[in-house]
Amino acid sequence: MDITPAHYTILSAALFSIGVIGVLVRRNIIIIFMAIELMLNAVNINLVAYAQQLGNLIGQVFVVFVIAVAAAEAAVGLGIILALFRNKETVNIDEMNVMRS
Amino acid sequence: MAEAIVFYTLSALILGLAVAVITTPKTVHSVLFLVLNFLCVAALYVLLQAEFLAVIQVLVYAGGIVVLYLFVVMLVNLKRPLEEHQDPRRLGRIGLGLAGAVLLELAGIVVYSYTREPSVSVAAPAASPVQGNIEELGWLLYTDYLIPFEVASVLLLVAMVGAIVLARRES
Repeated sequence: MDITPAHYTILSAALFSIGVIGVLVRRNIIIIFMAIELMLNAVNINLVAYAQQLGNLIGQVFVVFVIAVAAAEAAVGLGIILALFRNKETVNIDEMNVMRS
Repeated sequence: MAEAIVFYTLSALILGLAVAVITTPKTVHSVLFLVLNFLCVAALYVLLQAEFLAVIQVLVYAGGIVVLYLFVVMLVNLKRPLEEHQDPRRLGRIGLGLAGAVLLELAGIVVYSYTREPSVSVAAPAASPVQGNIEELGWLLYTDYLIPFEVASVLLLVAMVGAIVLARRES
C-alpha cells in the first residue's frame, strides 16, 4: 500500500494536537515551549509532504523559514524565561501573574 | 512496502516521543525525548526526499535549539516541587477539552478534503536550471525568495541581540 500525503496530514494533525494538549494542560513554562516546538514540527511535516506531492520545492523553502523563526523564538523565549526566573524564582505559569489585574 | 513500514515505524516513534515530552514529570527527560523526536522527524524528511531539510533539522533543532533548552533547564534550578502552587482559577479540564476540539476539527478537515474529488490539477513544475535537492533549494532561496531570506537573517540578528539583552544580568 502506498503512503499518500493523507497519511502525513494525519500524522501532522495528531502531532499538532499533542502540542496543543501540552500547551493547555502543563504548567511548566519550559515544557510549554517544547510543546510549541512540537507544533511547529507538525506544520513542517505537512509542508514537506505536500512539497513532495506537488513536485516543487516551495514548501521546503517555507520550512527553512519556519526553522529560522523557531530558532529566533526559542532564543528570545528562553531569555524571557531566564529573566522571569531571576525575578520570581519559578517556572510555574500560574505564579507568573504580575500583569494580571 | 518498505516505505510503508518505515513510515509507520517513524510515525509511532514520533507520536510516542511527543506524548513522552509532554507527560514526563522531569524537565530534563522531556528535553531528551524532544531530541529523539526531532531526529525521527529528520528521518521522515529523508523518506520525503528532503535531504537538506533533514540535515538542517539535525543541526538546528537537535543540535542548537535543544542545547539552548538544556542550558535553560540547568540554569533554572528549582529548589521546590513545581506543582505545589495550584491556581484555583485554572481550569485544566477545559484545556483538555479544547485540545480535543482542535483534534476533532483537524480530523474533520482531513476527512473532508480527502473524500472529495481533487478539483485542481497540479501544473507541471517549472524546469529548474540545476539538479539535486540542495541545489534546487538554494536556487529558489537566492532567486524567488531572496527578500524573505534576507528578512529572516535580519530577524535572527534581532533575536540574538534581544536574547542577549534579556538574559544579561543587570548590574
